[in-house]
Amino acid sequence: MDVLSDNFAMFREGFIGTVELTALSALLALVLGTAVAAFRVSPVPALRIFGTAWVTLLRNTPLVLLFLAVTLGLPALGLKGWDSFWLAVMALGCYTSAFVCEAVRSGINAVPVGQAEAARSIGMTFGQTLTQIVLPQATRTAIPPIGSLMIALAKNTAIASGFNVTELGSVQKSLNADAGYNIYVIFLWIAVCYIIITFAISGLFRLLENRLAVAR
Amino acid sequence: MSEVSVTKDAAPAADALVVLKKVNKHFGALHVLQDIDLTIARGEVVVVIGPSGSGKSTLCRTINRLETTESGSISIDGRPLPQEGRELARLRADVGMVFQSFNLFAHKTVLENVTLGQVKVRRKDRKEAEATARTLLDRVGVGAQADKYPAQLSGGQQQRVAIARALAMDPKVMLFDEPTSALDPEMINEVLEVMQQLARDGMTMVVVTHEMGFARSAANRVVFMADGRIVEEARPDQFFNNPRSDRAKDFLSKILHH
Ligand SMILES: Nc1ncnc2c1ncn2[C@@H]1O[C@H](COP(=O)(O)OP(=O)(O)OP(=O)(O)O)[C@@H](O)[C@H]1O
Ligand SMILES: [Mg+2]
Repeated sequence: MDVLSDNFAMFREGFIGTVELTALSALLALVLGTAVAAFRVSPVPALRIFGTAWVTLLRNTPLVLLFLAVTLGLPALGLKGWDSFWLAVMALGCYTSAFVCEAVRSGINAVPVGQAEAARSIGMTFGQTLTQIVLPQATRTAIPPIGSLMIALAKNTAIASGFNVTELGSVQKSLNADAGYNIYVIFLWIAVCYIIITFAISGLFRLLENRLAVAR
Repeated sequence: MSEVSVTKDAAPAADALVVLKKVNKHFGALHVLQDIDLTIARGEVVVVIGPSGSGKSTLCRTINRLETTESGSISIDGRPLPQEGRELARLRADVGMVFQSFNLFAHKTVLENVTLGQVKVRRKDRKEAEATARTLLDRVGVGAQADKYPAQLSGGQQQRVAIARALAMDPKVMLFDEPTSALDPEMINEVLEVMQQLARDGMTMVVVTHEMGFARSAANRVVFMADGRIVEEARPDQFFNNPRSDRAKDFLSKILHH
């Protein structure tokens, strides 16, 4: 009896769950992280303060606590009816956004100030300067660390298994509970699934890096 | 300190385009701009010279508010410089700036560099903007480089593209902060020639430079700065042949003997 072939549907569901959780959280993290990075370099003090607070708070909170805060806190605040998958996306996305923000900001800081000054001197607004001139050049520096963050995110999705989300971690738990399978074999197949996902992410980012390297 | 009163020999501005009144600025404890009064007439070419650290770049950069000031007023074409935001951006579009280090947008081609502001700031149609860009690139002699990236160009070519980029906004005044200081000697002239032509075409220009040849031939007025003050203003021939202040004499003797 082979764990994988016996429970292929379950593995597939878990694999897809992890992929979906990773992809959607990554999307949220990238959008939020870039926006918060923009806040942190904006000329408006209130936005800068908000950005700093966001990063400080989320970066320093253990992810499990954040999951608890989202799954228990939000319903307590009256936000009911979200299913556990979307709550997990929120927790993972917000958490990772703090790190993405700092990677984007280090990319922004690596762009020579003269670039932004030249943009402002031809009359571009802050938003135009950022989106047209600074961010496109910041990506080159920010892409490698963001790649690492996305891999960390993929592995962090396992925490969601503790909060009623179907993904690889929950597959592992329920199979472990089923007597009769060798735990190490289960571990091995779960690990293979994660490796597929993380290799896919690093491949994607290697590709991005190469594309950006030739585009100049 | 030898304080010399400001001497104004140049003709007073009939049609003032840029007016600075009692402008002050500090960098920490350093008083970089001290009660700067300066009026630049439409069509006038003003060369700013002075020892290193005297505040020439800072003066240049306050005119389009890349540097903020603490007191005094700056107005361009009768309108005071707005503090921040869209209003300021709009006014900056009317003030061209050319930097010592070119600052071409590194991820954009030469053509895109000259087109971007027209499309994003002036809201021109892309076709029209590209046509303008190509005309300007031809005018500064780099038309053949339009599809290259800045890093593929020589310094002199980059600086000429930077001038074209500023001109593309159809500015009322152009600011040059040591536009030839980062260039190899053989490239200095190609940039100076473009600037000479611009001056002949009637562009209002403020030029910080150590190129005395350019100052003599193209400037209507030389402004000499030292220690954050305008120490002397005069017509070029007067200034170079017969400087009044000790600071200017001292400065000229140093640079002309090298
Ligand atoms: N951002 C800054 N922060 C602090 N001090 C500054 C800053 N920019 C310039 N300074 C100082 O202000 C003084 C004037 O600088 P500025 O660049 O205007 O001089 P400059 O006349 O252009 O000199 P140079 O001929 O070397 O370019 C210098 O002492 C400089 O060190
Ligand atoms: Mg300078």
